[in-house]
Amino acid sequence: MKKLMIILAGILALCLVLFGINYEINLKSGSDTKKTLTIYNWGDYIDPSLITKFEHETGYHVDYETFDSNEAMLTKIKQGGTSYDLTVPSDYTVQRMRRQHLVDKLDKSKLPGLRNIDSRFMNLTFDPHNDYSVPYFWGTLGIVYNDKFVKRSQVEHWKQLWNPQFKNDIMLTDSARDMMAVALITLGYSVNSTNYHHLQQASQKLDQLAPNTKAVVADEIKMYMEQNEAPIAVTYSGEAAEMMSQNSHLHYVVPSEGSNMWFDNWVIPKTAKHKKAAYMFLNFMLEPKNAAQNAEYIGYSTPNKAAMKYLPSNVRNDKEFYPDNSTVAHLQVYRDLPLKVIGHYNDLFLEFKMFKK
Amino acid sequence: MKSKAAYLTPYFLWIALFVIAPMALILYQSFFSITGHFTFANYEEYLSSSVYLKMTFNSIWYALIITVLALAISYPTAYLINQLKNKQLWLLLIILPTWINLLLKTYAFIGLFSQNGSVNDFLRFVGLGSHQILFTDASFIFVATYIEIPFMILPIFNSLDELNPSLINASRDLGASNWQTFRRVIVPLTMPGVKAGFQAVFIPSLSLFMITRLIGGNRVITLGTAIEEHFLVTQNWGMGSTIGIILILAMFVVMFLTRDRKNRGGQIR
Repeated sequence: MKKLMIILAGILALCLVLFGINYEINLKSGSDTKKTLTIYNWGDYIDPSLITKFEHETGYHVDYETFDSNEAMLTKIKQGGTSYDLTVPSDYTVQRMRRQHLVDKLDKSKLPGLRNIDSRFMNLTFDPHNDYSVPYFWGTLGIVYNDKFVKRSQVEHWKQLWNPQFKNDIMLTDSARDMMAVALITLGYSVNSTNYHHLQQASQKLDQLAPNTKAVVADEIKMYMEQNEAPIAVTYSGEAAEMMSQNSHLHYVVPSEGSNMWFDNWVIPKTAKHKKAAYMFLNFMLEPKNAAQNAEYIGYSTPNKAAMKYLPSNVRNDKEFYPDNSTVAHLQVYRDLPLKVIGHYNDLFLEFKMFKK
Repeated sequence: MKSKAAYLTPYFLWIALFVIAPMALILYQSFFSITGHFTFANYEEYLSSSVYLKMTFNSIWYALIITVLALAISYPTAYLINQLKNKQLWLLLIILPTWINLLLKTYAFIGLFSQNGSVNDFLRFVGLGSHQILFTDASFIFVATYIEIPFMILPIFNSLDELNPSLINASRDLGASNWQTFRRVIVPLTMPGVKAGFQAVFIPSLSLFMITRLIGGNRVITLGTAIEEHFLVTQNWGMGSTIGIILILAMFVVMFLTRDRKNRGGQIR
């Protein structure tokens, strides 16, 4: 009995110690309310020198934490207990966070810098009137090709991917929504289609791409393309920019018939503790010079119109990263679809991955 | 009696918290649809969808190939090591790669197998030209087998090590040939090791997922890949849990089939 008591007491003592440490940590992050700004962003998605500059200008200390997927970020914020002052969801996630009442409505009178944003990128379907979100970066889904193996004219349109000469040549991004979008656009349907027959047709179309598909991978796509492992890949413009900086034979094309256009946006979560600092930071990032510096560092396309003149002309005039209006007009933004439909997209994509060539 | 209970308490707590509770949670989750309603539809879908059934078949098939290959390589290896002088050292050398993280080993294979990797360099050097090695069934099976081999060698080696040499001498004295001794004495007596190795390799192989993507390029889809997908991408935890339950059931079946049968003829314990 004595031993039992000792062990039980030991477990209890351990629990108490852990509880105490936990309490201490919470207390620390809670009482430290004055001069910190906690940013929850994607990994390596801001120029660190801008954070230092902001700290110098305002005296705030910036805590920078990172996530690697919208879903991971959403889960963490939904669970509560976090005190992030700013986070960066993509378009359809903004819509979902709004619906689940996880984000604060923006006070636009405190955001004079908002007028720097290109009007083409404001007031989009995922957040009408930008009541909740400020565009941070935008980009497209497109085709990366290696000029050692493929000519530009061979891969300017989605339907060319089905060309039998590209047998076992194409790397696809492991994302149901994006690959279904490629098939839907090729068939002339909306990337947000919920029509059962359209999806069924798109799924069949995608299955026909199986013989040309070399692999369906995620982040590794960058490494493989840099090493000339495959001549063609379907990926996002941001990823493409990174590959191209490593391998000069790689080029990026946005098919003119249409593609997905994505946005990463700043939002203020409901649980934010330092809203004043959050607004200060948003305005700081909206300043044209800062936005341009950040865009040059990250390599993605900035929606900040006023920042364009601070970008080097070869970046500013790059048709693939800042496409002309006729292409932009064909780009479609993802809407947050009902869970059932998303489930259907995923099932069809899984079927494609199972499809033997 | 009391002191026995005291010693066992932490173990019971451990098992309850980290084995039984998670399994109960998976079972509970598997009864919810993606919209959060209680339903049996996940199981219905699993059992009626050709996609999932094909995936189950694929998983079992690949796991079986990996296990059989690992066994074919491991048994002779374990046998040879057991004959050597410094067997503990040799064993250590075989176990050494398991100290390296699984992902790192997989990335090393990407370097070896890629178009400009060492293997293709060698093939070009001997005039065979470069080949597509990554993203094929063969490369997936090769890498998976390589990773699983130590887990097969260890139990077989241990059972060979425990084998009483006088039994082999007795077999020889009674006029058995080398082959007969091996077949009738050594193999039956090391069966527990083989079974343990089978369990240690087959069950994890059923749910491999990182290698299917990195080496197989998602052209090989196993149940493990589907679980990962449902939890991280689709957020359909119900279906992911359902597949998890199926895997747990498969595990029990394998454990049952490879269990130690006691009091059977031919087995000396």
